[in-house]
Amino acid sequence: MDLTLESGQSLSTRANWIKWIVLTLISFVAGYAVVLMYAQNETIFALLTLVIVASGVVIFAREDTYSHRYIYPGIAAMVVFIIFPLMYTIGIAFTNYSGTNQLTFERVQKQFLSKTYQQPNSVYQFELYQLDNDQIQLHFEKQGERYSTPVINLSASEKVTLASTTLEKTGEKAPLRFIIQNRKTLGQLTIISSDGFPLTMSGLREFSSTTPLYELQEDQITLVSLLDGSVLKPNMETGFYQNIDENGTFVGREISPGFVVSTGWDNFTRIFLDKGIQGPFIQIFIWTVIFAGLTVLFTLALGLVLASIVQWDELKGKAVYRMLLILPYAVPAFISILIFKGLFNQSFGEINQLLEGMFNLKINWFTDPYMAKTMILIVNTWLGYPYIMILCMGLLKSIPTDLYEASAIDGAGPIDNFFKITLPLMMKPLTPLLIASFAFNFNNFVLIQLLTNGAPDIIGSSTPAGHTDLLVSYTYRIAFEGGGGQDFGLASAIATLIFIVVGGLALLNLRVSKNQQA
Amino acid sequence: MAIVKSKNEKNRVWFAHLFLWVFCAAILFPLLMVIAISFREGNFASGSLIPSDPTLEHWKLALGMVVTHADGSITNPPFPVLLWLWNSIKVAGITSIIIVALSTTCAYAFARMKFAGKKVLLEGMLIFQMFPAVLALVALYALFDKVGQYIPFLGLNTHGGLIFAYLGGIALHVWTIKGYFETIDKSLEEAASLDGATPWQTFRMILLPLSVPILAVVFILSFVGAITEVPVASILLVDVDKYTLAVGMQQYLYPQNYLWGDFAAAAVLSALPITAVFLLAQKWLVGGLTAGGNKG
Repeated sequence: MDLTLESGQSLSTRANWIKWIVLTLISFVAGYAVVLMYAQNETIFALLTLVIVASGVVIFAREDTYSHRYIYPGIAAMVVFIIFPLMYTIGIAFTNYSGTNQLTFERVQKQFLSKTYQQPNSVYQFELYQLDNDQIQLHFEKQGERYSTPVINLSASEKVTLASTTLEKTGEKAPLRFIIQNRKTLGQLTIISSDGFPLTMSGLREFSSTTPLYELQEDQITLVSLLDGSVLKPNMETGFYQNIDENGTFVGREISPGFVVSTGWDNFTRIFLDKGIQGPFIQIFIWTVIFAGLTVLFTLALGLVLASIVQWDELKGKAVYRMLLILPYAVPAFISILIFKGLFNQSFGEINQLLEGMFNLKINWFTDPYMAKTMILIVNTWLGYPYIMILCMGLLKSIPTDLYEASAIDGAGPIDNFFKITLPLMMKPLTPLLIASFAFNFNNFVLIQLLTNGAPDIIGSSTPAGHTDLLVSYTYRIAFEGGGGQDFGLASAIATLIFIVVGGLALLNLRVSKNQQA
Repeated sequence: MAIVKSKNEKNRVWFAHLFLWVFCAAILFPLLMVIAISFREGNFASGSLIPSDPTLEHWKLALGMVVTHADGSITNPPFPVLLWLWNSIKVAGITSIIIVALSTTCAYAFARMKFAGKKVLLEGMLIFQMFPAVLALVALYALFDKVGQYIPFLGLNTHGGLIFAYLGGIALHVWTIKGYFETIDKSLEEAASLDGATPWQTFRMILLPLSVPILAVVFILSFVGAITEVPVASILLVDVDKYTLAVGMQQYLYPQNYLWGDFAAAAVLSALPITAVFLLAQKWLVGGLTAGGNKG
């Protein structure tokens, strides 16, 4: 006994050593990465790494957090992929982050400082003469004057000075193809003109002298144009560099690229006050609520009725019916939605062909707002009723059968049974599930994206918006669809509002299910 | 129970059958139609439910074969459907294995241990799970752009990154497994720990073997979930060769390139394995859904 205990202990001390070495190593690597990220101005990501790694190291190092070791990986995954993106999105909502304002101020300033312009009267036409394999000589001409470089080696990029010349050109004139092939090497050549300006290749047939366009002033933000002497200052409200006049007020147009600045509650006030956004937003919000509500109602009605019928003892072939009825749930949704998209197609779709043949009807499923909404509800009911049916089949078993026997003695029919026994008894356990279903459909992005992509469009909207868009797909389109410029800030503001709605639903759901357990 | 069936009752049974027949026909119409369309000639032809002149051209294209027409012209497969199917299965398979591992260990601690912040964490997980990833796509894109700079195989346009992104969705599974663990009697584990087993040993040797059915349910649910996920995959994956089915299938039905017949064959081909798995696992899934549902 003693022996085994001892060997067990030495094993555990060795394991302990390994654990501490691994933890130390992880801390060092992560610490280095955090410093690196912080140095590159990626404060948010540095913070995320720090929190995740530090909490992990603490949990695995301490003995009294043994239980937390089991939940750490799962919770860490949730923090990184759900909670962090959520916080980040809320953060974006308070900035002007968009297609035109994507970079940080420092990066934009760097871009301005790397802009160059061509000095007037500095363009030299050139011809390239090949003497030997890598030996070349460049001959320049400007305003009738001829200049030549000494013979240079193509593979070694050197600095050479031009000299005025009248000598004959020797060697073979290289074709344009040769210049294109060696464009990169030639681009690295710096040639000093006879009056002392550095020349670089600015075209396939010319070299010219270029100099920086802007000069940074001592305050580290003001730029002065060396071309015309105008003064640029960053406008911290719009996130663009702009010209200023003598009094220091911003004049003239905004110069791209813009940078990200904090805009406070601007994006939120835009949702409610900007006419081009407020109108579609309210319209889409109402449709989203109607859509989610009607979906829950239709799927519940169908699911509960079908579950009641399929559970009926007298009915033969229940298993087959059950299988067939579950089928829409078994086919991956992205495939069945696309199938419906094709079937409902206005010109070639089978549904319109059928309707035309039978009733001489031709319905504009994708261009008429009401028909588009009808189509979406039909498709979503098809997709959604099997889930409710499965849930109801499980819950129906818990209703005591003697209730039905008693009602049969009283002479009640199946319809009475359904409305007076089944429905009231089912509503209580179903409520949290229905709230969850409402929340899911409130955000049913895939259905809209694959079926209509929001079509038909709402006219007079300043952002991409359609009659069948739900809030989520509307948000997605503001962020990722071009047209009016990708407005990540506004999209995030709407996303934040949706977060609040969904969070409220989740809390409500939790309370309802708690009441039931009590 | 009524022993003598009234005539009324018999009529009701007939009516129920009739109703179910009509209803099933309406429900199955789109699925049958798409199978019929996959055997029709061309991408625009109309026809009846049973094609008059069946052809295998769409199926050949879906399987990646080149079709030679009667007039000698050649049609190349428009998209690598089988590759997409393989991508989907690969991503979903690895995702669900990791999700099962993460959520079982989590659920074990929540079901059997006492620790600080347990209730807050459990409820917090459930609330945060309800926020759709679509709304945080800008943030997810930025996140994976950043991750890719340090760990290239987890960056944008990689399957590793996509799998990583799906790992956040474990809350519902944790609740489902936790509910199942709580139905298992604790006495076996208590006996084992009296004999000197560590919590990890009791978890691995006693609880896990008893929980295989619920782990299968969670595996299938997360597998189906990962296969049918569209928004995150379509933001993270850029190359056509990297697409999963859920991203790729949309390519067939753009108005400027409308390949209805080819789509039908590809859709049937790719839906078949997933649907088959789902129907085979149906019995357990129904149990798992209701169990998870009752709890959350």
